[in-house]
Parts: sequence; structure tokens; C-alpha cells
Amino acid sequence: MSDLPPYASTGQRIWHYTFRYVICGLIFFFLIFPILIIIPLSFNAEDFFTFTKAMLNLQPEGYSLKHYNDFLTNPDWQQALRNSFLIAPAATFLATAFGTLAAIGLSQSHVPFRRAIMAVLISPMIVPLIISAAGMYFFYSRIGLQGTYWGVVLAHAALGTPFVIITVTATLVGFDRSLTRAAANLGANPVTTFFKVQMPLIVPGVVSGALFAFITSFDEVVVVLFLGSAAQKTLPWQMFTGLREQISPTILAVATIMVAISIVLLTVLEMLRRRSERLRGLAPT
Amino acid sequence: MNKSDGAGGVPADGIMRAADGTPLKKSLARALRREKIRSLLLILPLLAFILITFIAPIADMLFRSVENGIVEDTIPQTVGLLQDWDPASGELPDEAVFAAFQKDLSEAFKAKTSTRLGLRLNYEKAGMSGLFRKSGRPATNMEPPFREAFIAVDEDWGDIETWAVIKRASPRLTDGYFLSALDAHRTADGVEMLPEKERLYIFLFMRTIFLSIVITFSCLLLGYPIAYLLASLPVRTSNLLLILVLLPFWTSLLVRTSAWKVLLQQQGVINDILVWIGLIDDAGRLIMINNMTGTIIAMTHILLPFMILPLFSVMKTISPSYVRAAKSMGASDWTAFWKIYFPNTVPGIGAGSILVFILAIGYYITPELVGGTSGVFISNRIAYHISSSLNWGLAAALGTILLVLVLALYWAYDRIVGIDNVKLG
Amino acid sequence: MKLKTILMSTAAAGVMLGSASVAVNSASHGMEPCEGCANSMTVVSWGGAYQNSQVKAYSEPYAEATSTEFVWDESSNEAVAKLRAMNEAGNVTWDLVDVEGPDAVRLCDEGLAMEINVDEVLAPAPDGSPASKDFGDSLVSSCFIPQIVFSTTFGYRTDVAAWNGAVPSSLCDIFDLEKFPGKRALEKRPKKNIEWALICDGVAKADLYKVMETDEGIDRALAKLGTIKDQVIWWSAGADTPQLLADGEIVMGSTYNGRLFSVIEEQKQPVAMLWDYQVFDFDGWIIPAGLPEDRLNRVKHFLKFGTDTQRLADQAKYISYGPARASSAPLVGKHAELGIDMAPHMPTDPNNMGNIIVNNIEWWSSYADDVDAKFQAWLAK
Repeated sequence: MSDLPPYASTGQRIWHYTFRYVICGLIFFFLIFPILIIIPLSFNAEDFFTFTKAMLNLQPEGYSLKHYNDFLTNPDWQQALRNSFLIAPAATFLATAFGTLAAIGLSQSHVPFRRAIMAVLISPMIVPLIISAAGMYFFYSRIGLQGTYWGVVLAHAALGTPFVIITVTATLVGFDRSLTRAAANLGANPVTTFFKVQMPLIVPGVVSGALFAFITSFDEVVVVLFLGSAAQKTLPWQMFTGLREQISPTILAVATIMVAISIVLLTVLEMLRRRSERLRGLAPT
Repeated sequence: MNKSDGAGGVPADGIMRAADGTPLKKSLARALRREKIRSLLLILPLLAFILITFIAPIADMLFRSVENGIVEDTIPQTVGLLQDWDPASGELPDEAVFAAFQKDLSEAFKAKTSTRLGLRLNYEKAGMSGLFRKSGRPATNMEPPFREAFIAVDEDWGDIETWAVIKRASPRLTDGYFLSALDAHRTADGVEMLPEKERLYIFLFMRTIFLSIVITFSCLLLGYPIAYLLASLPVRTSNLLLILVLLPFWTSLLVRTSAWKVLLQQQGVINDILVWIGLIDDAGRLIMINNMTGTIIAMTHILLPFMILPLFSVMKTISPSYVRAAKSMGASDWTAFWKIYFPNTVPGIGAGSILVFILAIGYYITPELVGGTSGVFISNRIAYHISSSLNWGLAAALGTILLVLVLALYWAYDRIVGIDNVKLG
Repeated sequence: MKLKTILMSTAAAGVMLGSASVAVNSASHGMEPCEGCANSMTVVSWGGAYQNSQVKAYSEPYAEATSTEFVWDESSNEAVAKLRAMNEAGNVTWDLVDVEGPDAVRLCDEGLAMEINVDEVLAPAPDGSPASKDFGDSLVSSCFIPQIVFSTTFGYRTDVAAWNGAVPSSLCDIFDLEKFPGKRALEKRPKKNIEWALICDGVAKADLYKVMETDEGIDRALAKLGTIKDQVIWWSAGADTPQLLADGEIVMGSTYNGRLFSVIEEQKQPVAMLWDYQVFDFDGWIIPAGLPEDRLNRVKHFLKFGTDTQRLADQAKYISYGPARASSAPLVGKHAELGIDMAPHMPTDPNNMGNIIVNNIEWWSSYADDVDAKFQAWLAK
């Protein structure tokens, strides 16, 4: 189906090309255009959210790095950046450590109440964020975690674990159990078996799970808005208040930087996925 | 004990035994148990973690939606004495109630809880908070007879309805927040719906569901052709195009929302282009933001990858030979697609649609930023009650209803797709 | 009425600015050392131009003199909710919170703000009269330390072609879609909108709150607002209207007068003020209840400096809000960067005070929940 057979009629040809290049092209445009449009706008020399005449005429004076400069020098943005990089890795570590162990546990053949446990563990991904945020706000207030660094880290870790479980479980699905049995037969103890046999195979899953957990925390705004205080202000928080209150094109500069980060993460993830499939012999190399 | 040689053949008693002499069945059961314990031990840390950091907060929220200790805790003696008073009698409570109330209220005033109670009772009847604020200090130096003294402070204390409200609101558990969340309230004659023009929440829930359906449908409409194209192209090309789907997926929600703000404003990029090519004039700029349209467009964009990815993973597994076979037997392109290909993609449609719908129904950030007033969801109302109006009980009740809706969908998703089969990227 | 005196004296100050601005620059700090004080403060405010004026007038000079570290949190909008949560947790992370008068009353009632003896905590006026006398009626609650008088009023674009040269001159022009077509911005809550609507529906100012207490009164106000509903963008942050005006997304809108000042005078946008029936309010600090000793010492030390006569007058160099102290009024001078007289831009300038409403905190504290429910139901449909 990938290409038209030579006997295709004119109608079929027209439809084929319309579908492929016009309809799908437009949808891809819809997907990508909003993300790309902010990049040139972030170099706007004016404080506007739209293209100025000078920009459209490609005059150099229409463009400037001033919004990037503002991002790099404004203490509010710098504090937000620092907080994001303090919170996300801690949350990622917790989510990945707990999540990986649990995924290995869940992949064993005889787990009592497997379904119920899975439902509980996946729930942070399913429950709408506003409800999680409301519940956490009320509960963390009671136990003194509201407005603290650890409160935000724990909440973000909880939101990130389902992704770790899902990705690690996925790498374990194709896992051949006879490999561990063979290792045991050859005299390896369970710990050695884990590190020598299982670990290398699930590493891609763990890493991509960790990336998901990282981006979950790094992008998260609803929970941090409720649970955090000024000292935990993250990048998304700053962007949200910026969009709602002081609309400045600095947001577009930050957005551009975040798109760049997404591209890096996506590339790493894609490489990991290929490696994992190759290791498990699932994909043609 | 009859110890047999386990390594040998079937022993005299007919029981298979393991190397250490225990019966094989028992030994296997033990091994199985050990394995179960080991797997549980691996799961336990996370389970405990999620229970504490996530499930407990949700449970706390459920509890808040019915909790109502404040009335009895603040004015315990009054509440006790009001048990014996019947508002239907047409008489004010007797002097003993007023005396108890004077004592309760002056203590509450000193503990700074009296106005807090007033705020709670204000949800039942407007004006109660002012009444309590006004009466707190005078209550501390009141002389009997207390009934007259209170009425002298504010004549509302001589209104039977005031006391009826206190009595109605005094149980430790209340359904009042849930009634409010369903546009009803409790009057002397029982539960009644609010007048038509004051109803809000049912309308908002309906709108949330309606908008989520529209968004799900537009995601399906845009996602299906893309997933189809990706599944029909050679792996190398489709992997490249897949990046165009994954990039938005990985891009921050706030980045994408700000992008739509830039694009959709009246002085924004799209309107500028339309004016520039002469499709509309400067006065006729389209209003695409701060309303329903804004929410639908932005959220369709944000949730589209969640539709494409499940559809794609289903379509990948459909062998092209089915359609080829149909065509070779004379089916037209359309018939081959509609009768053969499409039915095979239904599981993907189901999975993608439920996923998008679940995500959409609880959205908060995007409607808040681009939804104006006609494009906001029930979530925005929950956030409003938490941070602005401070009616946490009502926020919890609305949250609980939304949660029940989502869990029902989640259950359906589990039935159709299975939670274990969720795939990412 | 005492309020009127403050307002008038602030206004009068405008007349004799020139000479006063010298005093502003030569102010010496002369601060006592702070003993047993924390080294940093988390201060909560509204963000934007307003917070900036506080940074410039209060915290920067104070930080320079004492090397205290300031963390600013733009959460004043949600201050009551967050303080309640912090209080439940017994972990109050804020040291000083900027709130409007009504929120201060509520926080004080809930026991979330600390009651203070203003004469003990705050500096007396330069002539020696105690702070309580200097602040006068702006002390709306025993927890409240006033900073400014501000007003909510309208701004409009001066270049709307469809108006054929006409400009709005009275409040009721907001409701006149025929003469003044175009989008308007109003706040997404009933307060002020209800009052304005009723006044333009013919209710006398004196009867306003009596009418509002009835269901029919609210219905009447909503019906009046209904006549322009499809032309209204509802804002929730004070910076929305200035931004929308600057972008040309609206032709007129309500917001705080200081925000309009910065869009008109600092950003030089084609916007002008409509002062008719501006609504006066107070804004100031509260100290959260239950601060530890060292942080409380720091806050008190800062407040003594940051709310003295000179500092309140200094704030008016950056934003057009009237200082809450009567003694600050004669010191109000020219804008710090623009060098223009601030007097005509003060809400308290006699020329701007033709018709005013003073926010009725008492009434709204009782009826806000009810009216808000009705308003939001009306808004959603």
C-alpha cells in the first residue's frame, strides 16, 4: 500500500496524492507549526507577541537576543530554572528507583492481586491533575509538606512512577525467562543474575522511564502551583504566571529553550528504543 | 518418620519428594510462596510510597467533601440543646439555648474561630458571616436575658430561619457540599433544586463532557489519516515522520499553550496573515481565543499525539494482505477500506478515544489560559474554589464527582485495552 | 469623614510637588540595627508594576542598608487560601503578605494574620504624631498595615476609528455599545461590576447596597451587564486589561489605576483614563500569625522602615497610588524616570474625584459567596 500500483486510475492517483500531500501535510503542519512559530518570535526586538514589520522585512534591527538576555539575567527566571533542576532530578530518582523495583516484581509470574496493585500504581497517571493537586494540597497541608521542597518532590515522584512502570514492564515483556534460569543453573546467585543478565536488558526501559519521569516533573505546573511556595517556583510555574499576568516575550525565549530540550530528550529516547529492540531481537537491524 | 531416598524412584508411600525429603508438592508450594513474597517485596516500597503520597491525599479529599465538624466543635453546647428544638414549632429556641450560645460564642470569639463558623454557615445562608462577625465581641460581655441581648445586637437572631440553618448544618457529616455541587440545596422542606438561572455545576459538567467529546472527535478526525499514513509507509520514512508527532508530545504543555495564544489572538499571527492576504479586513478580525474555539483548537493540538500513537500501534499490526485480498476479489478502494481495514482499527480508535477523553475531561491549564468564560472546564471551577472562594468542601465534592467519572472511564479503558497495554512513544 | 481627609491631603500634595522631590533623594536611612533577626524575607505581592514599585521604594534601599535577602512571591491573589493551608500545616513560609483591605479583614477573622499595635510597630509621622493617627481610617482591621489608596477604574483607547472622534466621559458609556462599539474588559467577579451596573441602571449611590441585598437587585445588575455581555472579556489578573488595551484586543476595560498609568505614561500607548465612579480600596501588609521569633523581628524591623512617611511617599515615584499616611502626601513628587508630576495621576486628585465609591468591605464579606454564585452561574451561560 505504500505506493500506487502502476495500473491505478487517474481518480485513484489524485486521491492518493491529495491524501498524502495535502490532507496529511496540513495535519502535520497543524502539529508542528505552533511549535516552530515561537522560535522566530522569541527573537523579536519589540515586546510584542506578534511579528513586527521589521521582522517580516527581515531587517536585522527587527531581531534581537534581548528576551534571552532577560531570561539569563532576570533573577525570577533564574530562580525558577534552578528550582526546576533541583526538583526534577530528585523526583526522577525516586520514581525510577521505586518504579523499576516494582516493575520487576510485577513481571514475575505469580503475583497475588496483580490487577489491583497495577491499578493503584498506575492511578497517578489516570487521575486528572487538578484532582491530584487538590487532594495533595489538602493532605500535604495537614502533614506539613505543603510549600516545601520535599512536598513537591514527593508529589512529582508519585506522578512519574506510572511511566517508569510502563516502560520497564514493556522491556520485560519480551524477556526470555530461560535466560535467568540458565544463569542460575550455571551457578549464579540471584543478585549476580540480576546485574549480569536482567539489568543490561532492562536498562533502556529504565532510562526511558526516567526520562518520562523527568519530563513529567520538569513540565508539571498544576501540582506545583498548589503545593509549592515562592521558594519552589519552577519554570512552568513562572511561565504560567507570566502568561496569566505579565505577558512578556521572555516566555517565548524560554519556550524555545524548552523545545530544544525536548528535541534532545526525544533523540536520546529514540536511540534507546532502537538499542532496546536490537538487544531483544525484536527489530530488524 | 519414614525417610525415603528422595533421589530414587517412587517411594513406598507414593509421595513425590524433593531432594531434601519434603514432599514435592509442598516443596513447590513453598517455592511458589517464596517467589510471591519476593515479588511482593519488590513491589511493596512503591506501593507504600503511592499509598502515602497519592492515595491518602485522594482519600483526604473524599473525606473533606462530607466533613463538617466545625459547627459542633465551635458551638458544642448550643448544638446539643438545639437537638430538642423544632423549627416547625414556630417558636424561637428558649433562653437556655441562647445562654449556651452566648457561652459558646464568646469562647469561640476568644479562640478566633467564631468568624470561621460564620463563613461556613454563610454557605447555607447569605448574611451569616456578617452576623457572626458582628456578634462575636458583644457576646463576650453580655448580660441575661440573652435572647433579648442577642436580638439587640442584630435582629436576625430573632429570626427562626437563622436557628434552623444552624440546626440543619450541625451534623458532623454533611451532604451539603454534594448538593451544592449538583445545583441543589436543603431548605426547610427538604432538598430542592436551585432556580434555573442559578444552576451552574451540572451545566459545567455537561459542558466539560461536551467539549471533551468534541476534542476527542477532532483528534480522531485528524489523527486517523496520520496514523494510517505512518502505518502504510516504509519503516524508515514513517520513523522520520513519527518524530513530527513525538516532538509536540514531548514539548511542554505551557510552550504549546503559549504558542496558541500567540497564534489565535485578535492581533495574533493568524489574524495578521488573514488580514494581510485580504481574506478579512482589519475590523473583522476573528475571535478565536478566550472562548470555546480557543479551548478546542489548543487542546486538540495538545492531545492529538495521544490519539495517533495508539492508533498507529494498532494499524502497524494489520497485514496489508487483507486489503489486497479484498481488492483482488473485486472490492472497490472504499469498500476494501470500510469493510476490511476500518473494522480492524476499531480497537485503536477505542483506546485512543478513551485516552484522549480521560485526559481532556480533567484539563485545567489550557482552558484557564485560552478558554475565557465559555471555554472553561469544571477543573477551573475546582481550582477557583480552592484558591479564590476558599470553599474547600465544595471543591472536594466537585473533585469527587469528576474522579468518579474518570474512574468509570478508566474501568472501561481497562476492559477494552487493558492497563498493562498502555504504550508510550 | 477621615478617609476623605487622607484622600484630599494626598491630592493637595500634588500641587506643591516640585520642591518636595529634593527631600525624597536626600532621605537618610538612619536605621537601628536589627537584633536576633533572620537574614532573609519572603514577601508576597501582586507582581507587575506594583510589586516593582515596592521593590524600588522599600526593599532595595532596605536590602542595601541591611543586606537582607528578599524572595518575592506573586501570590497575593491566592494569599488567603495559601495562608490557610500553611496554617493547617503549621509551617508558614511567608513573612509578609500584601493584601487588599477585605482580605486583611478575612485573614484577621480567621486568626491567620497577626494583630498588631500600630503605634508600637510603625514609625510615627515626622511631626511626632502616632502612626495610628497618621494612617487614620485606612486601618480597616487590627491586623492591617496600610500602604496605599488605589482605585479600580476604566481605561480606553484613544484611537478607535469606530467612535468617530467621541471619547467616553462617563461611567455609563461602558454600557453604550452604539456610541462606543468594541470589546470591553471587566473583572471576572461581581464586586464593583454590580455597583457600576446598578448606577448605570439608575440606582442612586446612597441606595446601592440596600438594592444589592435583594435578589431583584442582583438580577437587575446582571440584566444590565447582560446588555454588553457578548462584548466583554473577563479578566482575573490586574495586568490583563493594560495588556489587552495595548494589544488593541479591547477598546476599554477596568483595572487598577496604577496599571493604567504605566501603560499610558511609561509604555506610551494610546490609552486614556476614565475616572468617573472609580472605586477606592486600601492595600497593605499583613504579618502571618505564628512566625518564629527571628523572622518576626526581621519583619517588624523592615516594616518600621518600609512604611515610614518617606518610603510611602517614595512609592508614588514609581506608580500612581496614593500613600496611606497623611504625612506622606506633601512629599509625593515626580516620577522617578519620566520626571512628570504624579499629582494628576493620583486617584485622589480633586479633578479625578467627581464621582467615587468606597469599597464596602462589610457588605461584601457577608454577601460575596451568594452574589458570586449567582454571578458565576450567569457568566457561564
